[in-house]
Amino acid sequence: MNINEYIESGVLELYVAGQLSEPENREVYQLIQKHPEIRREVIEIESAVVRLTKSVAPQSSRNLFILIKERLNLGDKGGKVVSIEKTKYNWLTFVGWAAAILLGLGLLWTVNQNNQLETKVSNITIEKNFLETQLEDTKTDLADSKEVLNAIRDKDIITIPLGGQGNFENTYARVYWNKKDNTIYLDAQGLPEAPAGKVYQVWSLKLNPLTPTSLGTVDDFNEVENRIFEITNKNESEAFGITLEPEGGSEAPTMEQLYTLGAVSQP
Amino acid sequence: MDIETLVSNFKDKDEKAFEELYNMYSDSMLGIIYNIVRSHDIAEEVMQDVFIKAWNNATSYDSSKGRFFTWLLNISRNAAIDKTRSKAYKDTGKNLNSDYFVDILENNESLDSKTDAIGIKKYVKVLEEKCKKIIEYLYFKGFTQKETSEELDIPIGTIKTRNRNCIKQLRTMLVEQ
Repeated sequence: MNINEYIESGVLELYVAGQLSEPENREVYQLIQKHPEIRREVIEIESAVVRLTKSVAPQSSRNLFILIKERLNLGDKGGKVVSIEKTKYNWLTFVGWAAAILLGLGLLWTVNQNNQLETKVSNITIEKNFLETQLEDTKTDLADSKEVLNAIRDKDIITIPLGGQGNFENTYARVYWNKKDNTIYLDAQGLPEAPAGKVYQVWSLKLNPLTPTSLGTVDDFNEVENRIFEITNKNESEAFGITLEPEGGSEAPTMEQLYTLGAVSQP
Repeated sequence: MDIETLVSNFKDKDEKAFEELYNMYSDSMLGIIYNIVRSHDIAEEVMQDVFIKAWNNATSYDSSKGRFFTWLLNISRNAAIDKTRSKAYKDTGKNLNSDYFVDILENNESLDSKTDAIGIKKYVKVLEEKCKKIIEYLYFKGFTQKETSEELDIPIGTIKTRNRNCIKQLRTMLVEQ
């Protein structure tokens, strides 16, 4: 069985939601015992759902667990039968009781220590789960970065620096163009976040006469942390430009909102 | 202690394990129930009933049939839905609402004091509309795949992968927090 495919199928999310049939549940349970990857995935899905559902809970000022314990008659408060008969005590009885109380206190202290440690361990386990998720994400990020680096190191790459224009002279960007596979990688680290309702649009330009062709809008600009975008470009571009346009993009570039521009140096 | 040990101690009526599981899941259950009954007091009452039920029926939980969380989730949803059908609930004049959990996050001011909620609110906002609904139906309301597909008017075969993508988005958001 391909574990990755199994995880990607989405069956584990339904498992946590409780939407599988009984035989399906048993199957997942057996796979969890066999494959730590599946177990980890289930725990992570569950912890995401726990946090989401928790966020919807109204805040409670009362300690409800105490009420639950009361209703279940749990905890240490059973009624004791006290004898009213007078007994004679000798010194041995007192020493015996004192020893017993000391021992009892000692035991309580140990139990308490133990409980505290157990709580700590369970907190650490939860923490560990989160860290594991983070590690996975970091790995994915690293793989992405390596992919980008390899792409722009390709020998067929042409680098085109785009300089800031007009009011936006402090901005910059860089295009790495691989003509062979019709791809450009836009490094837009030098552009500010796109304001709400606006998107950056990338243009391929022919210079004589000036003809802009849209290469599309960068809708996820603010979300992509490394600000590197892979865009298809089949044009014989002579320059690249970036403008800020209303959401959805424009037919033609709005020249007052031209942020950066750069020409392809001809070999 | 991992969750499996905790649950097995709980089944052996270990009060400490009970308390720990309560601390892990009670807020989630309260969220699920509140999303259905939409009243703080009733939600708290139902949530307490759920944990009392869970304690009294601890031995009936069978880990090979599903996660402990999922077991609680089922009890909570059912208890909350039962509550909405009771006469006492109807007398409070509350209607079964068609709102989503997202509305609670967005509209309920009192949530703002909860740190986790603030973070999550910000991210849930940018979840796709379809995702908000899928998560609402499958997790909060407990709809089956079939009911969810009918409600959203998308093929039943795509529910699984679509939901996976939505939960994935959610997980990425939570990690970024």
